[in-house]
Amino acid sequence: MEDQRKPEKDKTSTTSNLLWFFGISTCVKLLLIPSYHSTDFEVHRNWLAITRSLPLDQWYIDKTSPWTLDYPPFFAYFECILSFFAHFVDPKMVDLEKGLNYKAESVVLFQRLSVIVCDLVLLYGVYRLSKNFSMGFKERVLMWVLVVWSPGLVIVDHMHFQYNGFLLGLLMMSISYLMEGRDLMGGFIFAVLLCFKHLFAVAAPVYFVYLLRHYCWKGFVKGFGRISVLGAVVVAVFTAAYGPFVYHGQMQQVISRMFPFGRGLCHAYWAPNFWVFYIILDKGLAFILRKLGVDIPVPTASFTGGLVGDSSPFAILPQVNPLTTFIMVLLALFPCLIKIWKNPQPQSAARWIAYAYMCGFLFGWHVHEKASLHFVIPLAIVAGNSLEDARHYFLLSIVSCYSLFPLLYEAQEYPIKVLLLLLHSFLMWHSFSALFTKDATARAVVSAKKTDRQVGLKGSSSDFVEKGGFHVGWIGRCYLFGLLVVEIWGQFLHPYLLGDKLPFVPLLLISIYCALEIMYSWIWQLRQIMVST
Amino acid sequence: MEKVRKKVQKPKRETESNNHNDVSCLFFQKGIMGSFLLISIFGLLLRVSVSLHSYSGAGSPPKFGDFEAQRHWMEITTNLPIKDWYSNTTNNDLSYWGLDYPPLTAYQSYFHGRILKYFDPNSVSLFTSRGHETHFGKLLMRWTVLSSDLLIFFPAVLYFVFVYHGGNRSSGDKSDVAWHIAVILINPCLILIDHGHFQYNCISLGLTLGPSVSVLKTSDLSSLIPYAHIPKSLNAVSILIVRMMSAYYAPAFFGHLFGSCLRRKNPPLEVLKLGLAVIGTFAIVWWPYLHSRDAFFGVLSRLAPFERGIYEDYVANFWCSTSILIKWKRLFTTHSLRFVSLVATTLTFLPSMIQQILAPSSKGFLYGLLNSSFAFYLFSFQVHEKSILLPLLPATLLAMELPGVHSMLLMLCALLSMFPLLCRDKLVVPYMALYACSILLYLAPSGRRHIKKHLPRPMITFSIVMIHFVCSLIFHIIYLAICPPKKFPYLFEAMIMNFCFSHLLGFTVYTNAKQWMLSRQFTSGDKEKKRD
Repeated sequence: MEDQRKPEKDKTSTTSNLLWFFGISTCVKLLLIPSYHSTDFEVHRNWLAITRSLPLDQWYIDKTSPWTLDYPPFFAYFECILSFFAHFVDPKMVDLEKGLNYKAESVVLFQRLSVIVCDLVLLYGVYRLSKNFSMGFKERVLMWVLVVWSPGLVIVDHMHFQYNGFLLGLLMMSISYLMEGRDLMGGFIFAVLLCFKHLFAVAAPVYFVYLLRHYCWKGFVKGFGRISVLGAVVVAVFTAAYGPFVYHGQMQQVISRMFPFGRGLCHAYWAPNFWVFYIILDKGLAFILRKLGVDIPVPTASFTGGLVGDSSPFAILPQVNPLTTFIMVLLALFPCLIKIWKNPQPQSAARWIAYAYMCGFLFGWHVHEKASLHFVIPLAIVAGNSLEDARHYFLLSIVSCYSLFPLLYEAQEYPIKVLLLLLHSFLMWHSFSALFTKDATARAVVSAKKTDRQVGLKGSSSDFVEKGGFHVGWIGRCYLFGLLVVEIWGQFLHPYLLGDKLPFVPLLLISIYCALEIMYSWIWQLRQIMVST
Repeated sequence: MEKVRKKVQKPKRETESNNHNDVSCLFFQKGIMGSFLLISIFGLLLRVSVSLHSYSGAGSPPKFGDFEAQRHWMEITTNLPIKDWYSNTTNNDLSYWGLDYPPLTAYQSYFHGRILKYFDPNSVSLFTSRGHETHFGKLLMRWTVLSSDLLIFFPAVLYFVFVYHGGNRSSGDKSDVAWHIAVILINPCLILIDHGHFQYNCISLGLTLGPSVSVLKTSDLSSLIPYAHIPKSLNAVSILIVRMMSAYYAPAFFGHLFGSCLRRKNPPLEVLKLGLAVIGTFAIVWWPYLHSRDAFFGVLSRLAPFERGIYEDYVANFWCSTSILIKWKRLFTTHSLRFVSLVATTLTFLPSMIQQILAPSSKGFLYGLLNSSFAFYLFSFQVHEKSILLPLLPATLLAMELPGVHSMLLMLCALLSMFPLLCRDKLVVPYMALYACSILLYLAPSGRRHIKKHLPRPMITFSIVMIHFVCSLIFHIIYLAICPPKKFPYLFEAMIMNFCFSHLLGFTVYTNAKQWMLSRQFTSGDKEKKRD
């Protein structure tokens, strides 16, 4: 009601408030410029040098540095544009040979600032989402808090160093178009995103089914017309990206760079996904059987090292290869795809896309822990929908952020990552509490399952305020306490009690413990998708 | 008047609850503790992030900077007996960053030095550790500041906010309270000096704030508890000993306590008690140096380095700013300058002190703190750029009282006056980030409301603010981009300092006027009450 009466004023206040949020986060990002950065920093610097000093047909062939170009062409073009400015700032930065491992202040400043500026795309994505959303003011603010102030993005982009904010901004834009009903535009931006980073392709089946059903399934003639338009758009995007490389006859080379299946099932630090349990089960079984006297050979290959011939890293359980993981991801996606086909609703697009990335994260091949951002950020759009959603999001985003902790292993950054997580948790706690007490009566419709609670609420809402509408339950509380125990063990007790023995245990504990919550969250999301009408 | 306004506001807000344009409505519904927790975590995050940056005198032998000074004091205090700390011996070369702060600072150095010695003995070993700069050493030093900030300044602020806003179930708007906390805790100048430049101002400011709150608390109840003042004044005096700098607040404390003593049944006795308490506290802290005249005066001469001249670097105070026109250093001897500056300072803080003696009140006391520290900053002898932190603390405490525009401009002026210093420390990036952050703080919904509330003539104020912004932007750009002409190497510093000085002088006049208006309001309010 209020929204309609003064849309103009509301719009400007929305923009200025969003800019305020973004401004605060930019201040923090600027302060974090001298913090630790990983080898990804050098990777991106090397890409600047490659795209600046080599002709296009050499980009995917060059081997001067071990950090070869392994992102799709749009990202290479993007680096090419950046390198144009980089050349003005410091020519040595874009020199292929002399620039190797060049870490002068100018390079750090330029690269960090480039990430900060690219976050404007994320800002635009969030702005689009909040502009045309049927959500109230509070839900909108909540989304800004969860996305613009996301601790995961700060850790990965502004400390560890990557351009996820920019890429996720494109994803958010695409989702906002889908939710508006402008399917073609949404599909177009998703195609562009795929040509920036191919890891986002996990959601392609969702997009494919959704667009086919919601956009193209409109009778024979109209449908055929639409399918050809959509096809033409996608082909045009891919031609713009890969055309030059097809022309030079390098497609084989580009693809082999982009999909290095020579890497192992898990990354050096195991991402908290399904395969952690698989590996643990294998180890446990082998251990028990060995105790029982069964002769089991110790596997020579490692999970992280890659596929070496026929030798399997598993002692008992069957070997896992990229095809297995691919099929498992598709299988996990399957119920969701059926649901989309049956009932393609624009409002659920964000949840479906997030679910797809969750499947990819849990069952994919050589998954990085950073990939958890791909589903935590889109899920923020629906986090304020219901109390249950909020509760699950609360735990999931804490766990996802916590699983990023091993990325920053130096003492200098320790307080920063802890404070970021604490701040995020408290902000979520406060805003969810504010969201689900005051106007809880209004959302009685949304969460119809909670009728018993809601009835009590209508009678005495002040009592409810006292108790706090938002809580995570005793299981959630125990789980969070366990997280604290895992952290204290890994950081303080383990080095103190065991010294240098079993150095992998703290990381392993984090992986397993976080995987529990992410698996649980995945099951809940699946259920939520299946029961929703 | 105040109550009526709130009553009008409340129902309006409830109807608007769904469309209320206040973003902070989501975060600050859990009372003062909840808001304080949230803001203090953010404040800590800013502090830790600033501490990633460079510090004063990083990698610049042979003298280095304040970082090395603090480290050297830890080296001296942990390795030498207490009586040698202030004296020049074979083991203690006073020309190399000799201790020149009062004993309580030395005790703090000793305490932190013990911690450093435990974790990294090399960083405080006698002689060999000079110019010790390692990654781990820097980290430890940074963490000592961080922990003292967390353990002293933050609780003091919490105490203040509780007293000021009347407990967890305060009647005021929750987001206003939160904004007030944020203005005090996220003070960009304090963060930059302590966690960037490297000093322990948080300790002295926190120790000032604690007793100030005690005074505030008792002054409301002073008619009920006749003797409550004495232990409080003990606190009050202890801060005077932490830093000579904290003498900036002494007139306010003296005025307020003296004024309230006079209102008791037996004034001479009360004053005597107060005096005894002050002397007693002094004696305890200075105990190690009281056994002989020489030792005592030795320490005193270390604390008051009068031979250094009326100003050293460029400071936005009277002497430095007017030195463009009048060459104070050439015209007068140091001795006569000392006298002139003493007279000028006294004349400036006298009005506010007299006001407090005549009509002691809690708000008046805060204004008194602000005015007396302003007086010292503007007119006293040998002022550092960092001394601006002292007037800034009461100014942030009064943020709900002062008009929003004024307190914002004051903050930005203080920041600008430290810009040359921070440039030398290579802290330009955190400076810019925190500059933006403090503007955003005043543009936050409650801040915006606050600015609008006290706006008598919006157009004029707006144009003044715009002129200020344009000028500071030009100064920043000039200072960073253009080399000064060779004839006047400090031309830009002088320009910046004059700009800031003109603002600060205006503020001083304004706050003094406010303080005197306060007593008029107070008396007229009393009369009205009596009539009721």
